[in-house]
Amino acid sequence: MIRPFLIIVLAGMLLASGAAYAVDPTEMPTPELQKRYHGLTHELRCMQCQNEAIADSPVSLAADLRREVKEMLIAGKSDDDVRNFMVARYGDFILFRPRVAARTLWLWSAPGVLLLIGAAVAVRITRQRAALVEQDNDPVDEDVRSS
Amino acid sequence: MLPELGHFALILAMLLAALQAFFGIAGPALGRDRWTAAVTPAVAGQFVMVATAVACLIASFVANDFSVTYIAENSNSALPLFYRVAAMWGAHEGSLLLWIFLLGCWTVAVAIGVSKLPARFAARVLGVLGVVSFGFLLFTLATSNPFLRLDPPAPDGRDLNPILQDFALAIHPPILYTGYVGFAVAFAFACAAMLEGRMDQMWARWTRPWTTSAWAFLSVGIALGSWWAYYELGWGGYWFWDPVENASFMPWLVGTALIHSLAVTDKRGLFKSWTLLLAVLAFSLSLLGTFLVRSGVLVSVHSFAADPTRGIFILAFLIVMIGGALTLYAWRAPLLKSQAGFDLGARESFLLFNNILLVIGAATVFGGTMAPLIADALGLGTLSVGTPYFNPTFMLSMLPLLALLSLGVHAKWKRGQLSAARRILLTTLVIAAIAGVIIVFGVYSHGKVLSPVAATLGVWIILSSLVDPVDRLRRKLSLPRSVIGMSVAHIGLGLFVLSVTTVESFTLERDVALGQGERTSVGNYEFRFEGVKSIEGPNYNGVEGKVTVTRHGVPTSVVYPQKRQYWVQRQVTTEAAIEMHHGSNVFVALGDELGAGKWSVRFQIRPLVNFLWLGAFIMAVGGAIAATDRRYRVAREAVTTVPVATPGVAGGASHATPGQFREECPGPTLSGRMPAQEEAG
Amino acid sequence: MNRFILPLGIFGLLAVVLAIGIKHSPEKGTIPSPLIGKAAPQFTLPVLTDSNRTLRSADLKGRWYVFNVWGTWCGGCREEHSVLLEIRKTAQVPLIGLDWKDEDPQALQWLAELGNPYEVVAADREGRIAIDWGVYGAPETFLVDPQGIVVYKYVGPLTLEAWQTLFVPRLPPQQAAKS
Repeated sequence: MIRPFLIIVLAGMLLASGAAYAVDPTEMPTPELQKRYHGLTHELRCMQCQNEAIADSPVSLAADLRREVKEMLIAGKSDDDVRNFMVARYGDFILFRPRVAARTLWLWSAPGVLLLIGAAVAVRITRQRAALVEQDNDPVDEDVRSS
Repeated sequence: MLPELGHFALILAMLLAALQAFFGIAGPALGRDRWTAAVTPAVAGQFVMVATAVACLIASFVANDFSVTYIAENSNSALPLFYRVAAMWGAHEGSLLLWIFLLGCWTVAVAIGVSKLPARFAARVLGVLGVVSFGFLLFTLATSNPFLRLDPPAPDGRDLNPILQDFALAIHPPILYTGYVGFAVAFAFACAAMLEGRMDQMWARWTRPWTTSAWAFLSVGIALGSWWAYYELGWGGYWFWDPVENASFMPWLVGTALIHSLAVTDKRGLFKSWTLLLAVLAFSLSLLGTFLVRSGVLVSVHSFAADPTRGIFILAFLIVMIGGALTLYAWRAPLLKSQAGFDLGARESFLLFNNILLVIGAATVFGGTMAPLIADALGLGTLSVGTPYFNPTFMLSMLPLLALLSLGVHAKWKRGQLSAARRILLTTLVIAAIAGVIIVFGVYSHGKVLSPVAATLGVWIILSSLVDPVDRLRRKLSLPRSVIGMSVAHIGLGLFVLSVTTVESFTLERDVALGQGERTSVGNYEFRFEGVKSIEGPNYNGVEGKVTVTRHGVPTSVVYPQKRQYWVQRQVTTEAAIEMHHGSNVFVALGDELGAGKWSVRFQIRPLVNFLWLGAFIMAVGGAIAATDRRYRVAREAVTTVPVATPGVAGGASHATPGQFREECPGPTLSGRMPAQEEAG
Repeated sequence: MNRFILPLGIFGLLAVVLAIGIKHSPEKGTIPSPLIGKAAPQFTLPVLTDSNRTLRSADLKGRWYVFNVWGTWCGGCREEHSVLLEIRKTAQVPLIGLDWKDEDPQALQWLAELGNPYEVVAADREGRIAIDWGVYGAPETFLVDPQGIVVYKYVGPLTLEAWQTLFVPRLPPQQAAKS
């Protein structure tokens, strides 16, 4: 069962066809700047190929935006400065991570709120059912001990 | 001739689907047994007509009939035969026909399977499926006819998008759709139960194998898509939280909750309204996904050509189907009550938590996917949601679930009796923790905070899933397929979790500019760039690079990454060279020519990444094993209502598109249209 | 009873959101510009036709102007060119061109062959100024008022219909049509 899968994998190995993506060999003067550059270019959306980060997009707009990031970092700007620069020109859409602000509060708090609601539901149901266990004398099909 | 025949067949199919729907629902409702009996012939007829239409379309593709618009847009005479067939589902219209065809296949299978069930119930199930078929056929004929003629015929076609000319992507839609569409069966079962006003444990038993098989197909389909993306698209990325990916993932999450909830309903008659709701929800998410992909409301690399008219149609269809089912639910569900009980530590509890956490996970993905739409509707401006949002929020509900899994497999029904399993729990946890730490710190030497935790959870799941089967074998107890299937599926999950952890924590990546003979090293590997040469293929030409790979000084292989330009669409694609070595993937791809013989080259070392898809595949296999358990083969006499306290109830070149560039955006549009073509078309 | 209505209620809300999404979807390809209502970006660029001259944004203050971003490599720009020529003929408001990431000789030839609708063309060879304007594709056309505030942005090839319905109403009458 595993073997055919592996064969397919191996067969597909040599010919992995993909769209032309950008390779970005930009070198920053220090490793710390390199890390920040890498982080920021992966966090910013390419506005032309809108599903790519500017790190990966091959179009010249992405290259220009990468250049802006590089120059700003070398000039000593902070990560937030870079983000603000981009947002001022292109809007929030350019960020892959939605900003935590009043208008995105619902989005960021939703998972936590849902978990709280879920926990409350779980507590209520388990309590309810635990109370019913004593008078529930229906036999359970245990011989196969399965679901 | 063939296209006209196909078109005509579709019209007949739509009429037969209408009959199927009408007889299936009105027959039992009005007590007309002749109508009820007419459903099965309608099913057969509709399927034959749809199959005819599909055959006509494929035959026209193979014959290079460029007088059909759809074929002219998605094929080419130089296209290899295999892809000419696969091109049938390469864009919106054809993929919709594939959808309908697969729904027909499921319907026929269900018709055969329910023949042993009470006639009225069976008819209702088929009737509901008929409503879905009718809706899609109407939509296709009204807005998305693949058989439209092009006059004058094109001399040759625009070719299938080169990215789609790949084996994995050719088979990804049929498999994915089989799963996606398969949840319609559970949906139909649920609606039939609600229409009937009766839902008992037998209902759950009937529904389970259909749901589990659909789930298995969906698992494989999603895994294939992810694997394909890894090779084709994302420079080693395998999941992007793209809206269309999410559209298939949400039904999967809810489907997983559904198969577990069905287990509880089957076993103990509990969670009936949960199960009903999940069954409706799973397919509703499938339908919603169809809407999102084809209506143009969301920006996605996968989107079919956006068209608001189509969007309106599908929305209307959604309102009818989902609104209708949820109304039925609101009406019937309140009457489904059971007096069964269970302890806090019982299996039912864990499955309850499982349900809740999976639904929260699905809701999280849903919220993030719909966020741009919601923000727009509420006037909150443009919102953009990507991986940095989904990863942490999704993990929030998934990590507890993974931990609870390893506890829950030991819990017995009703009474739990977890304390009896205390020793095993502790042993497996300790072994898992040791393994996790070794993997993270021993083998790979670094990691983020979560890495050892997640690795431990993955290993713990694998160990915990082995306990019961091993114990049964040792004590010579029965080992039914449902137990084997469950264990295998959970092991697959554990493997998946382990793989994701190592890939996310330990991937090494470097982009370097190299001239001939120059070297670089990444991780334990050294790479030497030997230069490029020109190449030519059946419908493309390009360059091929040569890179020698050594590990700790020992030569391991030579790889040949390519860049191709396809003649017809003039699109440049990158063929990365991927090698498996010691469980990791070594990934080498050519970037751009930088002049003076230098090229930019990307190197990636991705540990254990193949186990990601292997794990998913194993999960699907587990599901398939479980679905074929003997208990699901039902004889007509065995059908009774359990006497519990359940009463009588149960997307062209508009003025607003961005302009053209001499470069192309990477990324597939299954419509085969790249942005440049949108402008020209 | 209440909680079983909940799924239906949530779905109802969702349907509304989706309907609004469809209504807005023709604009989906365009990103709303954050520059609307704000000051147009400052720039100093060489003039395409005369390398000794420079165009400064300050020079443009005090009057309405239409700022059009284009390039010879852009098919949509070729499409809209005749519309720009028509606007030049019939409207008072000047067209200022931004030649984006282009080659000067080709741009000059383009204007010679197809006609020059612009009062002046600035050459943004490196694309920096286009970024300041939030340009992400060509063609894009902006409308700027005498105070230097960006009033409107249009994405994609301009059509006469778009000009009439989207730009003209935003201009004072004497700018929209030559007397």
